Amino acid sequence: MNFKTKLGLGILAFFTLIAVIGDWIAPYDPSAMSDDLLSPPSGAHWFGTTMTGQDIFSQVLVGTRGVMVVGLVCGVLATFLSILVGVTAGFLGGAADEALSALSNVFLVIPALPLIIIVASMLPSADTVLIAAVISLTAWAWGARVLRAQTLSLRRRDFVEAARASGERTWRIIVFEVLPNLMAVIASGFVGTVIFAVMLQITLSFVGVVSLSTWNWGTILFWAQSNQALGQGAWWWFVPAGLCIALLGTALALINFGIDEYANPRLRKVRA
Amino acid sequence: MTFLLRRALFYLITLWAAITANFLLPRLLPGDPVQAMITKLGGRLNSDAMASLYVLFGLDEKKSIWEQYVDYWGALLRGDLGLSFTFFPTPVADVLSQSLPWTLGLIGVTTIIAFLLGTLMGVYAGWKRGSWMDTLIPVTTFLSSIPYFWLGLIAISVFSVTFPLLPASGGYAAGLVPEWSGEFVGSVLEHAVLPGITIVVSSVAGWILGMRNMMVTVTAEDYVLVARAKGLSEKRIMFAYAARNAVLPSISGFALSLGFIVGGALLVEMVFSYPGLGYVLFQGIGAKDYPLMQGVFLVITLAVLVANLLADVGYLLLDPRTRREG
Repeated sequence: MNFKTKLGLGILAFFTLIAVIGDWIAPYDPSAMSDDLLSPPSGAHWFGTTMTGQDIFSQVLVGTRGVMVVGLVCGVLATFLSILVGVTAGFLGGAADEALSALSNVFLVIPALPLIIIVASMLPSADTVLIAAVISLTAWAWGARVLRAQTLSLRRRDFVEAARASGERTWRIIVFEVLPNLMAVIASGFVGTVIFAVMLQITLSFVGVVSLSTWNWGTILFWAQSNQALGQGAWWWFVPAGLCIALLGTALALINFGIDEYANPRLRKVRA
Repeated sequence: MTFLLRRALFYLITLWAAITANFLLPRLLPGDPVQAMITKLGGRLNSDAMASLYVLFGLDEKKSIWEQYVDYWGALLRGDLGLSFTFFPTPVADVLSQSLPWTLGLIGVTTIIAFLLGTLMGVYAGWKRGSWMDTLIPVTTFLSSIPYFWLGLIAISVFSVTFPLLPASGGYAAGLVPEWSGEFVGSVLEHAVLPGITIVVSSVAGWILGMRNMMVTVTAEDYVLVARAKGLSEKRIMFAYAARNAVLPSISGFALSLGFIVGGALLVEMVFSYPGLGYVLFQGIGAKDYPLMQGVFLVITLAVLVANLLADVGYLLLDPRTRREG
């Protein structure tokens, strides 16, 4: 494991920890108003305060959980769907493959963001878990496509043929012979999906179609934008949440490079 | 030609799926948001407008779902997308046709610039790996991990608020009339700089990375070694041998990631109040303007599909294997 991967894992572990303990270590109630209106970062308020005197540091801490939960739930759900569709398509071939590939390509080509905005704004209550489910439904297609290609290259290998010749059932070949060889691809697909889901959730919160009753980094940005934080020069209102998103995204991307280099030795660093 | 025909058929299926999803969503999801809006607008809707909203959102309970579907297609083919609640009483189709050119101009141009720039940088980074170009990778990774809209916010805060160099919102200066004059075109370009740079900066990283990794893979191929052994010039090997093959996954990736990029770019329009489809969509969300939101979705899907078809033509030109009959 190289330095980049370790760095990525370290940052991810840090945010996971915050997601668990954020509620307890937050110095203030994130929604509580105070008399320190729109004050820049100080000893009392590390990330400054909002227009109504809410503590932004506490909002970021408490909001981490919502972000991580959506990332995790979507990652698991969408990865499951992509394995189901991608591996089945690649392994079975023929008409089933044509149909399933067309299905995942349709999901890839249709612009997901406007579609999810419509769905989310039509739902009577767009809470975190529901949004995670909706995002998962659009997030599986890329993984399915990659898995299908990889499965295609595996299905005629000798060890699979051997399992087939010895009369193993199809599902058993898929689960015990094919899947273990797809682990690197599945892992990188999972990480990619988490990035996608986190970005999408934050975007949806920022646009204001997700319920604003729970905090996440996107809701902070929503309030900053709707109170014209920019025009008032309140940079501290939108910088911390954005940097957290970028850090988390970078960490996940670094982990993905690590997986890529593990799976494709040509990408590893050359020692001159 | 079979390649293009197959792709075109696929895009038709995708379009059908998008339209059908648009038809089904308001009918499947609980609640009757459109009915609520109609009640609110009350007598201000004339009977024609009312009828088309009934057709589009399936409020006419007496008809079977199949009849509703046929009526829906009829309305779409007539170009009838209902009335916008936000820009009442302008029809959605009119709102969209006003904002579409802005989006095509901004997102179209910036996406192409980002693709070309990113691919070129990826070619060099992959060819000269181990050089200083490798330090670009972590930087661009960080940039691509930033949501488009947040980068837009930062750009406004630095270049419009702290240092008032460029306009922060709108498509052209207030008070100008859209016409083909030097002043107006200049104003449009000036207003496009910040949103344009935002989109390019946040989308370029993906292309650099994909292209670099493919270049690294392709450089190890035998035909590159043979080209070297023949003593061809470095430039020729890099572009005509390595890059031409390495770019193929990027182009097919271009088609597939377009939907994602356009989504991010729409957000940039929202942040900059740029008069394109993204800003219209944003206004629609606030007002729960379902006819407008669905119209935006259909138009964007259509635009993405056309762009995909164009990317396929490009692929066809670069990869002779797809031109083979059969």
